[in-house]
Amino acid sequence: MELNGAEILIRFLKDQGVEHVFGYPGGAVLYIYDELFKQEDVKHILVRHEQGATHAADGYARSTGKPGVVLVTSGPGATNAVTGIATAYMDSIPMVVITGQVNTWAIGSDAFQEVDAVGITRPCVKHNFLVKDVKDLAETLKKAFYVATTGRPGPVVVDVPKDVTMATTEYIFPETVEMRSYNPVVKGHPKQIKKAAELLLAAKRPMIYAGGGVVLGNGSKELIDFTRGLGAPITNTLMALGAYPATDDLFVGMLGMHGTYEANMAMHECDVLISVGARFDDRVVGQIEQFCPDATIIHIDIDPASISKSIVVDVPIVGDVATVLTDMIALIKDGKSGQDDKALKTWWSQINEWRSIDCLNYDRNSDKIKPQFAIEKLYEITNGDAYITSDVGQHQMWAAQYYKFDQPRRWINSGGLGTMGFGLPAAIGVQLAHPDATVACVTGDASIQMCIQELGTALQYNTPVKIISLNNRYMGMVRQWQEFFYESRYSQSYMETIPDFVKLAESYGHVGMRIEKPEDLEGAMKEAFAMKDRLVFMDIITDQTENVYPMIQAGKGHHEMHLSSERELA
Amino acid sequence: MRHIISVLLENEAGALSRVAGLFSARGYNIESLTVAPTEDPSLSRMTLVTEGSERIIEQITKQLNKLVDVVKLLDLTEGAHIEREMMLIKVRADGSEGREEIKRLIDIFRGRIIDVTESTYTLELTGTGSKLDSFIEALGATTILETVRSGISGIARGDKSLHA
Repeated sequence: MELNGAEILIRFLKDQGVEHVFGYPGGAVLYIYDELFKQEDVKHILVRHEQGATHAADGYARSTGKPGVVLVTSGPGATNAVTGIATAYMDSIPMVVITGQVNTWAIGSDAFQEVDAVGITRPCVKHNFLVKDVKDLAETLKKAFYVATTGRPGPVVVDVPKDVTMATTEYIFPETVEMRSYNPVVKGHPKQIKKAAELLLAAKRPMIYAGGGVVLGNGSKELIDFTRGLGAPITNTLMALGAYPATDDLFVGMLGMHGTYEANMAMHECDVLISVGARFDDRVVGQIEQFCPDATIIHIDIDPASISKSIVVDVPIVGDVATVLTDMIALIKDGKSGQDDKALKTWWSQINEWRSIDCLNYDRNSDKIKPQFAIEKLYEITNGDAYITSDVGQHQMWAAQYYKFDQPRRWINSGGLGTMGFGLPAAIGVQLAHPDATVACVTGDASIQMCIQELGTALQYNTPVKIISLNNRYMGMVRQWQEFFYESRYSQSYMETIPDFVKLAESYGHVGMRIEKPEDLEGAMKEAFAMKDRLVFMDIITDQTENVYPMIQAGKGHHEMHLSSERELA
Repeated sequence: MRHIISVLLENEAGALSRVAGLFSARGYNIESLTVAPTEDPSLSRMTLVTEGSERIIEQITKQLNKLVDVVKLLDLTEGAHIEREMMLIKVRADGSEGREEIKRLIDIFRGRIIDVTESTYTLELTGTGSKLDSFIEALGATTILETVRSGISGIARGDKSLHA
């Protein structure tokens, strides 16, 4: 039996096991929406803006490991999705974005709601396709899912003209797909792995630096076994929080610009560094010339292009982190007796000395709500077991520093692109994937306004997210940089009008709370999290002038940290 | 250093713009780029001439390999190879003395005159890029009306070959 393109598309999604599609209808995708209407297997989540659809699908993907699926119309539908596609691309999140397109015969004629979606998205997708013939539709969709989810994952756009959704052909679900030009490597080179294991066992000051690749590659268990086997200190990047449990003794905290003193110092002083699925981002590395000056560097990454891109490494290993670590764990175990225990002990006593500086300490007696205090309370009240999404700025850094993630896929944030507005729609996607879990969105008064319209989506699909808004009446991170580097000229980092968030939440049918005193916070938070079936917007009025510490200025070395306005290092 | 990179890629709409986009987005140089389908019409062969330090060239080849449309690539500069470029050049040739001189010159360079009018010659010349440069220089005072160069095509010497 012949089906039309729209039927094929929906049938394909069902056969591919897709349960949720995040989208927004429009002229070019009306046939597809008509088919959605006729079935119940694929659930459509109607957002309020296409950016919200991409972030929600992204949150869904990050928290499950399954690809997020987005459906938007041509023209503005596609352009509105671009920010979310770029966000997913920078963090290597598997996503398939189906964009409607004008009829094939109208392409290139400046038709109504026409944009070159393939051209516009080309630099921010792993790959993209324009389907010109309905006969290619099912196979192209299969390729899209295959490319998005394998190797180093990423978003894939499939642009589908309206006439392709009307045209008919035979439909057979393609079980497998083959692409001669795309064959990601999984297994690491045994010689390189052996070399790396020997270096690590002979190290006097070994250091493990784990990145988002461990989360994406589901390599947490292997990372834990490897780290404990070696007995070395480990730091997680912003993207890897939870990949190694934060409450474990071997964990020295996040590294980089706002990393802990102990993590950054250990990076600076180590003699062998192994990077596991991390990409030596500029926010981590700081000044290239001063990066790990004494270390021999080993780098495991599934993407060969990530290796020696910014920092030249000594032992590259291309492969899937879990597979490579499994091979390495065995070698570490075999060679364990040869390790220099005395040197390792000295190394740990040095690290513990750095730890004793207690770099994340802050004024706990303030009569204002300190943002760090709010995150600590959030951690306590959710038993460290919530899914936390965040927006971008100071609140993001405080959440990363003070919420101790013990499991992967619990910390959901836009690390690479730094997209304000990510948090709320991402939280909706997470909650849909985990209906019974506790989901909180840590945000600020500026970020939350960037995708605030998704409060409507949250009500429609009953996603009882808790919004923890650290309201300092500033774009805090911009203000912090202006204070430090622009002689406190707060150029446009203050909004003279911000809405009454309590009333705003209520107008969308949710619960709003305003908390102004530190002593009220715990009770209010308990009350909010007790409302299992309601979205609660907690407008927490925080200390306006608080800054994120420790801080390494852009372009400085790991050992050149500022601890706080009061505490400087000798 | 100058590198000649041969790329075998899927002969699909957009494949060329992915390569061109990669170079502009990452700020790599392209000196020349030629592309055409191979004996297998589903594949295109591209020859790309670029310049950069060893690290940049390493990144270029890795990033090219990462493109889903790229099947295989080879840095020809790593081994013995042959490079050729074709040039069509239209020159003023009106005085009898000038016409003779140009004819002698193109013979020396083993090129051909492929079109003649009363006042112009159109010449065809094939060789390495530097041979074509030398010819232009040798034309001296002759007025060049138009130059068209194909960009470098390259192939490895010996048994080595780039195929899917």
